[in-house]
This record gives sequence, structure tokens and C-alpha cells, in this order.
Amino acid sequence: MGVVTFIEHAVKKPIFGCRMCGQCVLHDTGMTCPMTCPKTLRNGPCGGVRENGRCEVKPDMRCVWVMAEERSRTLPLLPASWRGHLDELRPPVDNRLSGTSSWANLLSGRDKESPEGWQQAPRGDVGA
Amino acid sequence: MTGLRDLAEAGGRPIFTGEAPAIDAGTLESFTQRISEMARWVDAMNATDNTAAHAHASNVACAIAIAQAGVEPILQVVCRDKNRLACQADMMGAALHGVHNICCLTGDDVTAGDEPEARRVFDLDGPQLIRVASSLASGRYLSGRTIDPAPPLFVGAVENPGAPPLEYRARRAAKKIAAGARFLQLQICYHPDRLEAFMGALHERGLTGRAAILPTIVLVRGARALSFVDREVPGIDVPAETIARIEQAADPAEAAYQLGLEQARHALSLPGVRGLHLTDFRHDGSLSRLCHDLDISPKEERRSDAHRSHVPV
Repeated sequence: MGVVTFIEHAVKKPIFGCRMCGQCVLHDTGMTCPMTCPKTLRNGPCGGVRENGRCEVKPDMRCVWVMAEERSRTLPLLPASWRGHLDELRPPVDNRLSGTSSWANLLSGRDKESPEGWQQAPRGDVGA
Repeated sequence: MTGLRDLAEAGGRPIFTGEAPAIDAGTLESFTQRISEMARWVDAMNATDNTAAHAHASNVACAIAIAQAGVEPILQVVCRDKNRLACQADMMGAALHGVHNICCLTGDDVTAGDEPEARRVFDLDGPQLIRVASSLASGRYLSGRTIDPAPPLFVGAVENPGAPPLEYRARRAAKKIAAGARFLQLQICYHPDRLEAFMGALHERGLTGRAAILPTIVLVRGARALSFVDREVPGIDVPAETIARIEQAADPAEAAYQLGLEQARHALSLPGVRGLHLTDFRHDGSLSRLCHDLDISPKEERRSDAHRSHVPV
């Protein structure tokens, strides 16, 4: 583990429960780590959220995406442009980046790489 | 034959899809027998993919069996049990057999099933799977590798209008439509106000013209089944007063049927609803009765009516 990776984990693990996926999207999800969802969903809550807003898998835990949606609206100091990022379609996780530093991957642009089929698939514009 | 894609794209009469029962035993003949009542009514039928996190006969095998029974299949693909390679293989393998309708689901967790010790996969999530299916339909695997000719997939998904965060559900549906979903089968919703709010939000954004929205109606035998759904099925809340109303009725089985009919009429009355997705846990002829009560004609008559209307006179 490199120094940057060590520091990133030391900072983000206690605050966000960081799982070191290496492609951090905290800023898109109201500073709520989607990898802490038992299904590791990166594009919103599954259909199994309990009536009280708790997780289908872990009833003691609030649904990560219920929190993400709430925080994307209410978290102070979150730049306005980040609040709308919740609705963006995030690509599948690159499992090769697991355990690496997302800060390093952000600087190198490695965390923005996605498979060719993903980039070229037709997109539908559904407006704001 | 008018396919699901044609019906969805043409507009016009309501579309009816149905859920084939999960299969654990028997033969092709017994399977065909089990789906025979539903086959008379629905335009297309879902081949489920290990429903409720229980292992069953596979989605692809059942989709092919549905096609062989003369019904247009919809292949459900769930992210829980297979990684991205296997999900693509399911869709391409089914396409080889002429199965072109795909319904993409995230899936219940393994802990909802009878093998909770299993490894959960979720290599993709539901919206990502929709995009991957759309990529296949445009002639590329996720890797970018060319598929020639591209399979003519008609891609759809599901959404739950009744689970928290409620205001966000229409935004999630919009994300799925943006990812390529052309139909959405909705989870059964026992809160009519929630379904109304969800449909209203989609309709307001013009999204009901972009994807065929099909609320689900589930025919159950009585209050015990409703309590089971409320307790055991993730993401479905059945209000206590609804259960009590069925339980305390003079004829609970009839009251449970009437609940389904009432939900169906309500759903069809909402702006932007394109049809219904039907699930039958009664197996007592109630599905046919529901279709009669909704003034739906059998599929064969619908087809010949459509044919007649296109013949110049």
C-alpha cells in the first residue's frame, strides 16, 4: 500500500466507511459512500427499501441511498452543481482498481475510464 | 403477430404482460399447462430469474419454453447471481432462440431467499444492466467487441413506486429510461396515492411517452397472502387497514379478488399508464375473470381486431 493510499484510507474510512473501490463518487452521492450499500449499488436504491427507510439486507441500517438522496439536498457546503449529480448514470465498477487510491486515479484520469461498449451505447435524453 | 415492441411503439390499446410462475419440477408439457390460462390474455410473459432469491429453472430455459408455447417471452435478468459476463451471455443466448424482450432488475438480496449463505454478486446494478443491454442491441458487448448483426433487443426494466425514498422513485425511473429502458413494469403498490404521485411525476416530465409504464396487479387468495407479502417481500408495504378489510369481509377470497380489480381499474385510469403487468397467485380462473371485468378481449381476438383495422375497405 502506497503512502497516498494509506492516507486516503485513514481519512475516508472513519468518516465515510470507505471501501477503497478506487473510483470515488462521494461528491455525486451527497457524500454517502454507495459501496457501503450491501448490494454496492451506485445508481440509486433498490426496490427493497423498508417502509421505515431501512435497508432490506441490514434492517439496523438506514438505506444508504435514502441517506444519499436526503444529503444531496440538505448537506451544507455541498456545491450546488454536485447536488444534481445524484441522477447521473455511473458506470460499472472497475474491479481492478479495488484497493488503489481514488485520489491518484482522479489525478491520472484513470477513474474516468469505462469500457468502449459503455461509452458508445445509445443514450436517451430525458431532460432535467 | 404484434410484438411487445410494436405495441409499445405504436401506442393505442393497453398492453398486458404477465409473470410466468417460477418452475421447480416437471416437463415442458406441464409448464405449458401451467401458463395456459395466462397465455390466453397477455401480450408477453416474463420468464423470471430466481425470483425472491430462490433457485428455480433458469430464466433463459423458461423464456424459450414460453416462446415454444406460442407466447412472446420477456427475459428477466437479475444482477444478484451473475457477473457482467454472465448477464450478457444470458441475453445473447436467449436472443439466439428469438427471445428479444429483456427486463433488467437489480434483484432481491440473497438474504431474502432460502440460501442466504450464498455469495451475492451485483457486479452491475439495474440501471447499468439496462445500458449494457442497450449496448448489445446496438451491436457491441460491454467491452466494445462488435456483434454483427446486432440482436434486436427491446429493453425494459422495473421500478418500485411504493418504496422509500418516495419522491426519488420517479427520478430513478427517469435514469432507467435514459439508460435505455423502453418499458417499465412497476412493483405492486398497495398505496394508490403513491402510484398516482409516481405516475404524475413521470407524465409531467413527458417520460410516459418514452417508455411504456405497466403497473403490476397481483391476484392473491386472501388476507394471509397479503400479510405474507407485507412481512416477507422486500419493498412492499400493505397497509394494515387493507389487510383488515379483506380479513373481515364476509367472503375474504372474493374481497381479495375485488381488491385486485379495484387496483387494476385505478391504475388504468391514471394518465400515462400504458397497460398492466399481471401476476396470479390464485390459479382459480380469477385472471380470466379480471380480464373479463376489465373488458379485455382474449389475445387472439385483439390480434384479429388489429388486423381488421389495417385492411383497407
